[in-house]
Amino acid sequence: MNETQSLLQIKGLRDGLLITMDDASWEDQRAALITQVDGQPAFFQGARLALDVASQVLHVNELVEIRDQLSERGIFLWAVISESPTTEKTAQLLGLATRISKPRPEELRQYSVEDLGEETSLFINRTLRSGTRIEFAGHVVVLGDVNPGAEIVAEGNVIIWGRVRGMIHAGSKGNTNAVICALDLSPTQLRIADQASAVLKPRETPQPEIARINEEGKLQAEFWSAR
Amino acid sequence: MPAQVITITSGKGGVGKTTAVANIAVALASGKSKVVCIDGDIGLRNLDVILGLENRIVYDIVDVIEGRCRLKQAMIRDKKLPDLYLIPAAQTRDKSAVSASDMTRLVRDLRADYDFVLIDSPAGIERGFRNAIAAADRVLVITNPEVSAVRDADRVIGILESEEKGPASLILNRLNPALVKSKDMLSPEDVLDLLAIELIGIVPEDENVIIASNRGAPVAYDMKNRAGQAFRNIAKRLKGENVPFLDLDAQGSLWERIQRLAGRK
Repeated sequence: MNETQSLLQIKGLRDGLLITMDDASWEDQRAALITQVDGQPAFFQGARLALDVASQVLHVNELVEIRDQLSERGIFLWAVISESPTTEKTAQLLGLATRISKPRPEELRQYSVEDLGEETSLFINRTLRSGTRIEFAGHVVVLGDVNPGAEIVAEGNVIIWGRVRGMIHAGSKGNTNAVICALDLSPTQLRIADQASAVLKPRETPQPEIARINEEGKLQAEFWSAR
Repeated sequence: MPAQVITITSGKGGVGKTTAVANIAVALASGKSKVVCIDGDIGLRNLDVILGLENRIVYDIVDVIEGRCRLKQAMIRDKKLPDLYLIPAAQTRDKSAVSASDMTRLVRDLRADYDFVLIDSPAGIERGFRNAIAAADRVLVITNPEVSAVRDADRVIGILESEEKGPASLILNRLNPALVKSKDMLSPEDVLDLLAIELIGIVPEDENVIIASNRGAPVAYDMKNRAGQAFRNIAKRLKGENVPFLDLDAQGSLWERIQRLAGRK
């Protein structure tokens, strides 16, 4: 059992299990997997399984065999990931996915915060480039720029020590008292609670600004100045 | 010294990746470096056309990967430069025919015998792009001074950062100094300000680039052409030389030009 286990790596994914195999003989690995499953039927029962078979070249009958063996044991094989184009093609032929989407940490970060107290904040010490989205159930502070195509959605305030040229949504859960401040506020769009404002033109000489919802319920930005 | 593997990519299509690869390759190979270009745009191959080698293709990269030929058989030697080779893309297949590890393996076999391996990346940030950057030691991001192209470049730089590919360098292509002056085009400063990476070259807009590409003789061969000069400078910087950037306002008045010719300015 110990020896067979070393051939396989089992990892939990968001929506099932990922089993990683290596380049050892397919027959051995298949047997190892089945042994493993039979050893812990309760753990595997009803699982959604993705199989990473490294560079194994697998043909239809081999994939069908393992799929059927797994399904007999109540396991649903939904994806086969492989470096071999032949195997990928086979998997596609059988209607199996060949990619499991791992959200890249860079692209979508959803931070969960146990304590949603007012003082919870997230500090980001870099420039957010296009395609980056930060969601946070608290305040967000960025030491760097927010480039066009980047987005910040925060339930609290957003403070940027840098240039804002992307999209920022403060008070995303409806907090109309939320503010957005930046050294240079030239965003594609700003939102506070349910108010949106587009295009604050980039200025030649940027000045720190603070955006908030005024008494008339409109989003408004004003310069900050040291008196 | 083992080869430097350089991938040229952009995110957005049509900003001049393939043209840049061809020109930098020609410039490097003219300077006595042994260069292999790999066309990573499987299914939409172009690099062979720009290098004027289309009619010599027998085997392509997918043939090598799938074992139908040896690596050497798929390497096409350039017509003029004996130290320049091309490994063409397959036109009849698609990106899924190649994996990142195939690419890494292929490049590993080339490293010992050449000075530079240049990889032309397809547009986009999908599989083809990932294959093209998998083996790279260094990535050059190319962009035009256009808002959309710069935004895509920013995205690509973000991905490269998250893949820990080391700092990318920037080629700013098709810059029109007159439009920059009249504030109708992003200036190099605007672009660098946003992207915040090292600049390795600015290529001025020049219709001769397209004409040369259509003829299959990249503009880097033309010693008088300024765009060609810009590409040759990039090649020198890749070799570690310190070359000053071109003075792009050089199309000044006649008097200024005469002064420059006389070496007085």
